[in-house]
Amino acid sequence: MQYITPLTPAFAELFLLGMVCFILVADLFVSDENRVVTYALTQLALAGAFVITYITATGQPEYTFSGMFVDDLLSDVLKMLVYIGVMVMLVYSRPYVALRGMFRGEFFALVLFATLGMMVMISANHLLALYLGLELLSLSLYAMVALQRDSATATEAAMKYFVLGALASGMLLYGMSMLYGATGSLEITRLADTILSLGARDLVLVFALVFIVAGLGFKLGAVPFHMWVPDVYHGAPTAVTLFIGSAPKLAAFAFIMRLLVQGLGAEQLVVEWQQMLIVMAVLSLAIGNITAIAQTNLKRMLAYSTIGHMGFLLLGILSGDLVGYSAGMFYVVVYVLMNLGSFGMIMLLSRSGFEAENLEDFKGLNARDPWYAFIMLLLMFSMAGIPPTVGFYAKFAVLQAVVDAGFVWLAVVAVLFSLIGAFYYLRLVKLMYFDAPADSAPISPRSDVRLLLSANGLAMLVFGILPGPLMALCIHSIRASL
Amino acid sequence: MLFGFPLLSLAIWVPIAFGVLVLATGGDRNARVARLLALIGAVLGLLVTLPLYARFETAAVGFQFQELAPWIASFHANYHLGIDGVSLLLILLNSFTTVLVVIAGWEVIQTRVAQYLASFLFLSGFMNGVFSALDALLFYVFFEATLIPMFIIIGVWGGPNRVYAALKFFLYTLIGSLLLLVALIYLYNAADGSFSLLDLYRLPLPLTAQILIFVAFFLAFAVKVPMWPVHTWLPDAHVEAPTGGSVVLAAIMLKLGAYGFIRLSLPIVPDASHTLAGVVIALSLVAVVYIGLVALVQADMKKLIAYSSISHMGFVTLGIFIFNAQGLEGAVIQMISHGFVSGALFLCVGVLYDRMHSRMISDYGGVANTMPVFAAFFMLFAMANAGLPGTSGFVGEFLVVMGSVRENFWYAAAAATTLIFGAAYTLWMYKRVIFGAVANSHVGGLSDLEPREFVVLGLLAVAVLAMGLWPYPFADVLHVSVDGLLNHVMHSKLP
Repeated sequence: MQYITPLTPAFAELFLLGMVCFILVADLFVSDENRVVTYALTQLALAGAFVITYITATGQPEYTFSGMFVDDLLSDVLKMLVYIGVMVMLVYSRPYVALRGMFRGEFFALVLFATLGMMVMISANHLLALYLGLELLSLSLYAMVALQRDSATATEAAMKYFVLGALASGMLLYGMSMLYGATGSLEITRLADTILSLGARDLVLVFALVFIVAGLGFKLGAVPFHMWVPDVYHGAPTAVTLFIGSAPKLAAFAFIMRLLVQGLGAEQLVVEWQQMLIVMAVLSLAIGNITAIAQTNLKRMLAYSTIGHMGFLLLGILSGDLVGYSAGMFYVVVYVLMNLGSFGMIMLLSRSGFEAENLEDFKGLNARDPWYAFIMLLLMFSMAGIPPTVGFYAKFAVLQAVVDAGFVWLAVVAVLFSLIGAFYYLRLVKLMYFDAPADSAPISPRSDVRLLLSANGLAMLVFGILPGPLMALCIHSIRASL
Repeated sequence: MLFGFPLLSLAIWVPIAFGVLVLATGGDRNARVARLLALIGAVLGLLVTLPLYARFETAAVGFQFQELAPWIASFHANYHLGIDGVSLLLILLNSFTTVLVVIAGWEVIQTRVAQYLASFLFLSGFMNGVFSALDALLFYVFFEATLIPMFIIIGVWGGPNRVYAALKFFLYTLIGSLLLLVALIYLYNAADGSFSLLDLYRLPLPLTAQILIFVAFFLAFAVKVPMWPVHTWLPDAHVEAPTGGSVVLAAIMLKLGAYGFIRLSLPIVPDASHTLAGVVIALSLVAVVYIGLVALVQADMKKLIAYSSISHMGFVTLGIFIFNAQGLEGAVIQMISHGFVSGALFLCVGVLYDRMHSRMISDYGGVANTMPVFAAFFMLFAMANAGLPGTSGFVGEFLVVMGSVRENFWYAAAAATTLIFGAAYTLWMYKRVIFGAVANSHVGGLSDLEPREFVVLGLLAVAVLAMGLWPYPFADVLHVSVDGLLNHVMHSKLP
C-alpha cells in the first residue's frame, strides 16, 4: 500500500493557490497606474492553470489526498471551461471595473479564490472537500457583491446573498451529517457503495436527501429557493453579476454530479430525488419564464431567465441516465457562453456613471451599431432556443433525454414555458431592431473586448451549425467519469 | 449529382453566402453595392437550381440528388438532402421569387438596404433547406430558422403596427413548431435513434401514438398554412410587412406548412392521417368558403389578398387529405400557382402603395386611365386568382375539385363555391380600384409602370400563363412522387 499518494492530480489547484498568494503580496507593491500588472498576472495564473490541467489530464480517475480529491475527465473538462469563463469575464469587466474604482488587487484575489473554490468543488470526492470548495467560492462571491461598499443596493444584495447562502450551507451540512450517520462515511465513492449495500429504502437517507436537494436548490437558484437570485443579480456590480452567473454554474453542475449522481445515485434514491427535481424544474420553468416578462430591468430579467434555465438543467439531470447528464452538461456549458455574452453586452453599453441595465437602454441598438446589435440578436435567439443558434441544441438535447426517460409530458411543459420565454427575449430584439435609439453615445470598446465579444456571439452561430464536437465532448467526459 | 457538384447544397448555401457578403457591405453608403451583390446572389441562386430540373429523372422512384454527410454524431443526425418532384417545384419557385423580391425592393427600400436584402437571401437559403432536408432534425432547424429573418423583415421595414404583427407572427408559428419538436424527439426514440425521414417512413407505430404525433404535426403545419381557425396571424403579418415580405410570405412561407403535411404527416403517420382526415377536410372547407366570404368584405387590398391566400390554401390542404392522385397533384400545382399569383398580386398592391401610400380600396378608382399597362397586368393576375381557365389558377383548382368528386360529391360542391366567391372578391376589388372615373387628384397624377416593375410583373405574367396553358412540365415531375406518396399513405403502419 502506498502511503504517500502523488499530488499530480491537484497540481493545477496548488499552482493557482500559490499564484493567488503571490498576487496578493505582489499587488502591495503595484501602484494604481500599474494595476494592469495584477490583471496580467491573474490572466497568466489562469492560463497557467489551464496548461497544467491539460498536461496532467490522463482521462482516468485518479485520487489523491487519501481519496478526498479526484481528477477525472469530467473535472478536467469542467475546470478548463471554468478557466476560460473566468478569463473571458475578466476581459469583459476590465473597462467596467476600472471606471468604478474596483480595479484593485482585492477584486483579482477574490476572483482567483472563487475560481479555486470552484476547482475544489469540481474535483471533490469527499463531502468535506465539497463543502470546503463551496464555501471558498461562496465567501469570495459575498465579498465581491459588496465590493462597491458605498452602493446601498450592492450592500443589501450582499447581505441577502450571505444570509440565504449561509442558510443553504447549513442545510447542506445537516444533510451531509445525516448521510454520515446512515453510512459512516464521507467519501463519495464509498458512500455510494454503502448505500448500494444497504439496499432497502432508508428513511434517514431520504431525510438527508431532502436537505441536500434543498441546499442545492439554493445554490442553483431553483424555485422555491430562488428568492436571492433577482436581488443579487440586480444589486451586484454588473461585472460581479456576470461572474456569479457564469463559471460557478459549471461548478454547481459538478456539485450535483458528485453528490446526487455519484454519491446518491443508487436506484432507490434516484427515484426520490427525481421527484423533487421534477417539482423544482417545473416551478423554475414557470416562475422564471413568466416573471421575466414583467421585468424592465435587464439584469433582473436575465436573473429570472437564469431561474428558467436552471429548470431546464434540472430536467436534464432528472432524466437519471448518462444521456441526461451529458445533456445537462451541454446545457450548462452553452448557458455559461450565452450568459457571458449577454452581460458582456450590458457592460459594453455602460459608461462611467451610467449603467445600461434597463431594457430601454438597448433601444435602437441596430441604428447605433449594427454589429453589436447582431451579436446581441444571436445571444437572445440562442437564449430563446431558436435554431440555428446553439441554444436550440441545448434545449433539444435536454428534451431528448427527458422523452427518452419516459417523461413526454415534462417535455411538453418545458416546451410551452420556453415559448413564454421566447417572448421576452424577442422583446429585447424588438427594442434593438424596431425602435429608434434614445441614446446616441458612440460604442467604442477596447479591441480585446470587441474581438472576444464578437467571437462569443458568433460562437452561438458556429456551435449552432456544428454542435457535434461540443456535444461529443460532454458525452465523452460524462461517460468516462461516471 | 451533376459533375459531382452538390447541387442542393449550392441551392441552400449560395444565397446564404451572398447574404453574408451583402451584410458585410455595411451601412447605407454602400447601398448600390449591396443591391448589386444581392441581385447576383439571387440570380446565381436561381441558376444553380435550374440543373435540378434539367437533370431530374421524372420516372425515378424515391429521392434524387441525395447528399449525405454526418452532422451531429451523438444524435445520429445527418446532413441528408434529397428531393422529389414536389420539393423540386417548390425550390424552383423559391429561388425564382427571391430574384423578383430583390428587384422589387430595388428603389423602394432606402434604409438599412443591406440588412433587408440579406434577410431575403438568408430566408431563401433556409427555405431551400426545408424543401430538401431528408433528416428530421435538419428539417426542423431550417423550418425554425426561417422565422428569424421574417421577424426582422416585418418588424424593421413594416407598417405602423409592425411590432405587434411581427411578435404575433413569431409566437404563433413558434408554438406550433415546438410541439413538432417534441413529436420528432419521440419518433427519434421510437426509431431507435434515427432522424432519417426514410427510416421514419418505415417505422411501425400504434394508433394512439400516431394520433398524438399527428396532432403535434398538425399544430405546427396548420399554423403555417394557415388553416382556419389558427389563421389570424396572417392578415396582420401581411398588412404590416413590406411588399417583399408579403410576397415571400404568401408565395413560399405558407407552402412550408403544406409541404410539412406532404413530407412528414402523411408518410410517417398514415393511419392517423386517415382517421383524422375528416377534421382536416372540414377545416379546409371552412377556410375555402368562410374565409372566401371574409375576403369579400375587406376594405384593405392587402388584407383581401391575405384572406384570399388562406382560402386558396384551404384548397391545398383539401387536395392533400382526400388521398388520391388528382387531389394531391392538384394541391401541389395549386401551391406553385398560388406562389406566382399571390406574389404577383402583392407586388401589384406594392406598385400602387409606393405611389399613393394607401392600401385602402376606397382611395382608388379609375387607375386604368392613368396606368393602363399596370391595369392589364393586374387584370391577368386577378383572373388567375379567380381561377380562370388558361391561367395557372385554374389547373390546380380543377384537379382538386375533380379529386374531391371522387371522394365525396359534397366536398367538391363546397370547394367549387370558391370559383364564385374567388371571382367575386377579386374582380369586385379590381373593378373598384381600376375601373370607373378617376377618383381623385392623386389617382390622376399616377405614372405607369417603370421598367423595373414591368420586368418583375412581366416575368410573373409569363409564368402564370405558361402554367395555365401548358401545365405538362409541372405535372410531369409530380406523377411518380405523388404515386410514391400515396403508396405510403395507403399502407397501414400499425404494428
